[in-house]
This record gives sequence, structure tokens and C-alpha cells, in this order.
Amino acid sequence: MTEAAPKKTPLYDEHVRLGAKIVPFAGWLMPVQYTSIVQEHQAVRNTVGIFDISHMGQLIVEGAGARDWLNAMLTNNIDKLDVGMGQYTFLLNERGGIIDDLIVYRIGDQKFLLVVNAARTEDDFAWLQKYLCAPIQIENRSANFGGVAIQGPRIGDLFLALFGKDIELPPRNAIVDLPFEGTKVSVARTGYTGEDGIEVFFRANDAVKLWNAALEKGKPLGIKPCGLGARDTLRLEMCYPLNGSDLSSERNPIGAGLGFFVDVTKPNFIGRDALLKTKEIGPREKLVPFRMKNKGPPPRPHYAVFHNGERIGEVTSGTLSPSLNWGVGMAYVSAAHAKIGAEIEIEIRGQKFPATIEKKPLYKKSAS
Amino acid sequence: MNVPDDLLYTESHEWIKREGENIRVGITDHAQSELTDVVYVELPKMDRQADAKEAIAVVESVKAASDIYAPVKGTVIEVNKALEADPGLINREPYGQGWIFVLKIDNADDLKQLKDAEAYRKQIG
Repeated sequence: MTEAAPKKTPLYDEHVRLGAKIVPFAGWLMPVQYTSIVQEHQAVRNTVGIFDISHMGQLIVEGAGARDWLNAMLTNNIDKLDVGMGQYTFLLNERGGIIDDLIVYRIGDQKFLLVVNAARTEDDFAWLQKYLCAPIQIENRSANFGGVAIQGPRIGDLFLALFGKDIELPPRNAIVDLPFEGTKVSVARTGYTGEDGIEVFFRANDAVKLWNAALEKGKPLGIKPCGLGARDTLRLEMCYPLNGSDLSSERNPIGAGLGFFVDVTKPNFIGRDALLKTKEIGPREKLVPFRMKNKGPPPRPHYAVFHNGERIGEVTSGTLSPSLNWGVGMAYVSAAHAKIGAEIEIEIRGQKFPATIEKKPLYKKSAS
Repeated sequence: MNVPDDLLYTESHEWIKREGENIRVGITDHAQSELTDVVYVELPKMDRQADAKEAIAVVESVKAASDIYAPVKGTVIEVNKALEADPGLINREPYGQGWIFVLKIDNADDLKQLKDAEAYRKQIG
């Protein structure tokens, strides 16, 4: 972790003004909650919520050959991306270990925006730069750009209120540049909550304007500013992994159950040989979602997982799910035990509590 | 933050209400606000003997688990079972229905080690 003083996003003063509880996270001072994690979580599930994601890294890769080069650096297949589309993908080391999980957007024929984890930005940049070959260029624009995620079933109404009736929401995974109050912002139809929503990227100078407009126009919809606390419970209910908890350089996408985002039919990308081997022999451990069987203490990262008295793994994420009101989590368990419906036990302060391995996602929106 | 004048406090954010030979213990308004939504409380075992500053209960929020300490040496003679069904009482009424346990204290002199409201207010700024 960085020893330098934590950085402030362009929305820091707004968070303080709104009474947020601020915590250091990945080298940034971030709001963990404004009023209540549970209330903020429910706002996203039921109406709409807005998150500051300015801490996330934004890297621009461009130049002749950028597409082929990036396709050899990332696991998913960029050739499937039309201009204006994005995909979830991984940056791996030679051993197939996860350096970062990210979304890559193709914003020009040979120009890409990579939205990466805050804590990994410097490492990702350094890694990519190490392999860079002219005339491709990479720029870390993180310090000059910000972002917000606006998520929840009322996104359509809020989008209309923000951008006017002549502009439509971009399709899922698409990114478009839109005019906004005399400036230009990029809007991507994506998110980390399981709800419909957008992520908006803009120059740092425009952050406050967009944030306050969304809060103002979202007021009749019941919008809430939401912190990292709700972001974490929302993503965990969907079984979206968190790098640093569920993913690390010691884990690969196959063991994490995310092989869908790895295209091994590509002739070459860093980590490919290692992943092929993992696929062939099977991962030693798999990341599985689980739910506690009884009301009791919620599971937490690093709690041990047992089966018939034998230790079979470790919890990487855990919480009390605000939507389900059950303790839920994700754990790496030995592959032999990683079966949906399998009974496991989570050790909490010396006592074992029963849990069941579940199917992804842990939370499913009821038809309505 | 509400810091009632008639209570005593610990550095670890418990409040203490003297009731004759016993003390009633909970966590302060400041502590509940820092912890955020309390979702689970592990109560101490009845009749458990505890040393001062020994962790004897756990309060869990959505984010994390936090130990709750015996403010002074004593024996647990009552626990707040209502918290098992409604842990949010700690957020809503930290000094009332959100109390956690009652200790029969070994030595009333031990209470002199605790902070008064003014000292606690200074601690939390």
C-alpha cells in the first residue's frame, strides 16, 4: 500500500458537505456511507443511487496496432468489440495470476479506455508500459478525470432528466459521448450493482456539476448518494468479484469461475499457457458463493471453511446481505467440494456455522 | 453526538450506568454511529466472570465485527436478549433499549478508573 497521503476525488468536498463517513481506501479518501449502508443499498435496489467512482483508474491506449497489442495483453477478445462497446476482461501475469479485472471500451478504431481498480492503477500502467511498442501510446488520465456510477431501476427517468428527451440510454455495455451543460461526458451502460445503470466519466472540473445535477434531478425519484459500503454489499449479492479480496495475483480467472471472460481461442495473450494448463487439470480451488443456513453472525473475509471437520478453504468476501437479510459470502474451497448445494461450515470465533454453496447470483430480482 | 452527563464511559466507547452493586453497559451514540447498521450481536454468556478490558461481546455491522469490553472486573448477571431479534436497537436507542449486559462488579472503586461525560466528549472531539 502507498505511504503517500491519501488523495481526494473532485467530489470530496461534496461528500463532506453531505455528512459522509470518510475512510481511506486504495490510497483515496472515500465515502463509506452517508446515512446508512442498508438504506443506500435499498435505494439502488428500489429507486436509484449515485456513487463517486473517481478513484477508479482511467487509462487511454491508442495508436496504430493498439487493438492487436491490447488483445495480447488482455484475456477477453477485443476483436468482438465494435467502436463504442465495452467488455469485462482481465490483465494477467505470465503465471495466469490476476493483476487486475477491468472494463475495456473501444472508443475509437485504435483507441481504448481502460477503467481499472483504484488500488491497481499504477501497477496496471507500469505493466502495460513495460510491454508497450511504438507507435502505441498509453496515458494515465486518472488524475484529471472523475466518474460516477448511477444505478437503480429509475435510471431511465433520471437519464431523461439529465440529458433530455432527444437522447436515448446507450445499449448495455455501450459507451457514448454526450453533451452535458456545456461540456462533454462519456456515458457507459454498465455497473457493479446488478441493477440497470450507467457509469459516467468526465473531466475532474465537471465532477461537481454532474454530481449535483444528478442529486437535484433525482430527488423526486428518491435518489441517494451511496458509499463504498453499499457498493460492496450490492456487488457481493451479485457475486461480482472484488480485486484484492476475491481476486489476486495468486488466483486466476478459471479458479474464480470467470472463464467466460477469457478467450483461449485467441492465439496469444499473457497468461494463456498457464490458463490452458489450469483448464486441462482443473483448478485446485474454486471461488463459490454461499449462504448461511441460520440467522447468526455474518461471514467475513479470512474465516475458515470446513466440510465434515476438514478444512477446505477460506472466505474472501462476506456480509449480511441487506436484500436477503441472510449472511452471504464467497469463498475459495477445494475443487472437490465446490458443488452447488454442498453443505459447508464457516468457522466464526471458534464456532462452526452451517452454510450452503449456492448458484450465482446470490440475489435475483423478483419479477415485477 | 449525545453523551449523557449521568453515565460513565470507557476509551473503547462503552457507556456504564451504575445500578447499586451492578453496572449496565452499552455502546455510545458515537460508537453506534461509527459502526453503522448493527446486524448481529453476540451477547456474553450468563455468569461469565470478566476482567476489566476483557472482550466479552461482539457487535457486528454490515462492514465489520467489533469487540465489546467489560469496563471493570465483574460477573455477567443479565444480557439483553432483545438484541438477538432486533440488533438495530443499538443504533436507535444506544442508551436505552440498546443496552448489552449487566455486570455485578467486584469492587466499586474500580469505577473511578472510568471517564466522566466531559472526558469522553473530549476524547471523541
